[in-house]
Amino acid sequence: MENRGITFGYGFLSQESSFDVQFSLIEYDGSHSYFRAYLVGLLNTILVSVIGIIFATIIGVVVGIARLSNNYLINKTAAVYVEFFRNIPLLLQIFFWYFAALRALPLPQDTEPMFGVFFLTIKGFFVPSFVWNNLDIFIYSLIAAIISIIFVRIYARKKQENYGIQTPVLSISIGLLLILPILSFLIGGVDASVEIPVIKQLSQSGYTFEGGIKLPPELISLALALSLYTATFIAECVRAGVQGVSKGQKEAAASIGLTPNQVLKLVVMPQALRIIIPPTTNQYLNLTKNSSLAAAIAYPDLVLVFAGTALMQTGRAIEIVSITMLTYLSLSISISIFMNWYNKKIAIKEK
Amino acid sequence: MNKLNFLQPDKNNLNTYLYTGTILVALSIFIVFLNSFFNKDLISFLPGTLSFFLPLILGFIGLHLIRIDHSGLKFLDSINKNINTNNFNAFLSLLIVFVVIKSLPPLLSWFILDANIAGDTKDVCTGSGACWTYIKIWFNRFMYGMYPNAEQWRINLSFIALAFLGTIGFFATEKFKKYLTLYYVVVYPVIAFFFIFFFISGGPIFFDFSYGIIAAVISVIIGFFIPSKFKMYYFIIVPITLYILLKYVFFYEELIELGKLEALEWVETGAWGGLSLTFIVSFFCLIFCFPIGLFLSLGRRSDFPIIKYFSIGMIEFWRGVPLITVLFMSSVMFPMFLPEDMFIDKLVRVIIAISLFEAAYVAEVIRGGLQALPRGQYDAAKSLGMGYWKMHILVILPQALKLVIPGIANTFLALVKDTPLIFVVGLLEIVGMLNLAKTNPEWLGFAMEGYVFASVLFFIICYAMSKYSYNLEQKYKTER
Repeated sequence: MENRGITFGYGFLSQESSFDVQFSLIEYDGSHSYFRAYLVGLLNTILVSVIGIIFATIIGVVVGIARLSNNYLINKTAAVYVEFFRNIPLLLQIFFWYFAALRALPLPQDTEPMFGVFFLTIKGFFVPSFVWNNLDIFIYSLIAAIISIIFVRIYARKKQENYGIQTPVLSISIGLLLILPILSFLIGGVDASVEIPVIKQLSQSGYTFEGGIKLPPELISLALALSLYTATFIAECVRAGVQGVSKGQKEAAASIGLTPNQVLKLVVMPQALRIIIPPTTNQYLNLTKNSSLAAAIAYPDLVLVFAGTALMQTGRAIEIVSITMLTYLSLSISISIFMNWYNKKIAIKEK
Repeated sequence: MNKLNFLQPDKNNLNTYLYTGTILVALSIFIVFLNSFFNKDLISFLPGTLSFFLPLILGFIGLHLIRIDHSGLKFLDSINKNINTNNFNAFLSLLIVFVVIKSLPPLLSWFILDANIAGDTKDVCTGSGACWTYIKIWFNRFMYGMYPNAEQWRINLSFIALAFLGTIGFFATEKFKKYLTLYYVVVYPVIAFFFIFFFISGGPIFFDFSYGIIAAVISVIIGFFIPSKFKMYYFIIVPITLYILLKYVFFYEELIELGKLEALEWVETGAWGGLSLTFIVSFFCLIFCFPIGLFLSLGRRSDFPIIKYFSIGMIEFWRGVPLITVLFMSSVMFPMFLPEDMFIDKLVRVIIAISLFEAAYVAEVIRGGLQALPRGQYDAAKSLGMGYWKMHILVILPQALKLVIPGIANTFLALVKDTPLIFVVGLLEIVGMLNLAKTNPEWLGFAMEGYVFASVLFFIICYAMSKYSYNLEQKYKTER
């Protein structure tokens, strides 16, 4: 290393970065430091991973249950979806959405609004944003609702264990989650107005939208490809989990007089979740790591911003690549620690 | 005559319900069919929303009417059982049928009816459908990358020869069956390497490394016939002697010069590409990642702390980072740690990186199989006086590997699907070639065709692999 004239050190992180990033969750421009650029990339990675995980879980669970349906058509449709999206490389899917599918969208001036407020254009997806007054009080009310739900759950469990009486925890929780924030609107002086994106002419033929939130096409295609791809694996996990619960369990539960809903909630799901959680965790990890493919379509994630632009500018390959790898390592390890904790919580407690 | 109750169809008025229901369902499907294939709207006189939902409502009522248990008609019963068990299922079935009918004409028209394949310039693509001319013109590039056109027979010939040599196992007679493992594990990869190095790349026959390979191969082959008592010494002494003999006694420097046949033109790896590169990278990574993964998984269960923690560290590290950063590292960081005069080819670095990465996943899969075996198997093998290696090779691994065939197949599939990532270091396999072709100023605007083409290719490869692994799983399944 020495004979190539390379020095080693992390001092460059506080230098001025002097490059710009297209899409950022925090305030950032060229005058900020490299460390700030690192944070921008990291937040973008986390954003796309969280979006991907949420949608992949929803699609995966729905498709997984559809795979178990006794309706031939639904079953086969789900099977075709799983086989198709699972056997095509993720990178190809990202390219497909970004370069082929989303490029066919209309220009801003030709866009028909969806439900009057959403605009899906070639330049991105424009959605209305909320403008808040006293946002902190609203957040406090949400936190208060969550804390009280935890107390209600503890109380309900105690009651169940001591007297065998079931409390409708779910409806109480939903009620609390609705009532406290609404109270904050009525009493706390919280006030939200919706800002709808409005079309604006930039030049002779250039149009754009102003106001609202702009989701860039890179983010959309990446989230779409990641969630559609990972959902196929989650669907298989869900199917394996529900099939893994033996039939005798359901029959036994039915024979002691539980209703079908109770059978699903109290007997099947707890056992199925035990089988579903570990492989699904792996899929979440894979999704987070796969989000690094963002670099291929220039979505400013950690790899592109930090291991790409910052590396090219500073030439500090070892430091930057090691930081990037350590970041992904710690992201993976933190997800897996959380999932191990959850897994242990729901595992069989043998006496 | 029984009273008709349309809310609860029963068996007594089977025909009435059946005819009404069938007519309604047929009518609803007919309306959608006409609408989508011939663009005729039979019910346009109705107000907008109603005409949109009418087929759905008609079909829904129809399916409700024919939902009669134990009707005695075989066909009706099977329909009711499979797609029409309750209202919700009926609704979903109808929805799926309508969506399929609706989406068929645009798909057909894009893929076949309005597509163009004739000619060889962009101008022939006037229809609204796909432009397969683009694929036709670029086909060579998608398959062989930047490999010179005149030399492409070398790739074809090597692949055909390798495919043929790969199928030899199916024709082997009982007498040669026992050598098949040796063949597939040692001989075949070496033959493949030689083919690719000499034939596709056009390398010199005697480069420095080839003595090592020849020595290793000869010693492994002889090793099969040596009594096990002497094996330990044998495997240390013979390869080294062979290597020294080959290098300094049999082949002098002058002979090396002679060995550099100039018959084939040297094609550097940067020019390789397309689907053939996908195959080459996947093939070598498959071959390398399996043994590495096997040793890592054994190492993780080892009693020696050093080996154990080394294996755990390796596995967790490679599993924790994304492949793209590993490739990045191999292209940016790795050369810095090498001595200045040493150069390792880009393709070799990529293959090493992907192999190590996937080996960690293989290791975890195999570990699952090892853990699933009951302790009794280990104890029984030990009580027969088997050592560590003999126990694993003869007793443990055959059972453990059989258990994890699906998991290994999944890892291999993931490997094949990860190969497009090598665009990071500038190697252009098929997806990379697509991106290159897409930006060609003469052929702008055909991204969709290219991606669909590559998707179909990858789907065929991966689907065939997964079906093959399923067959393998069934073949080695033993009833317990």
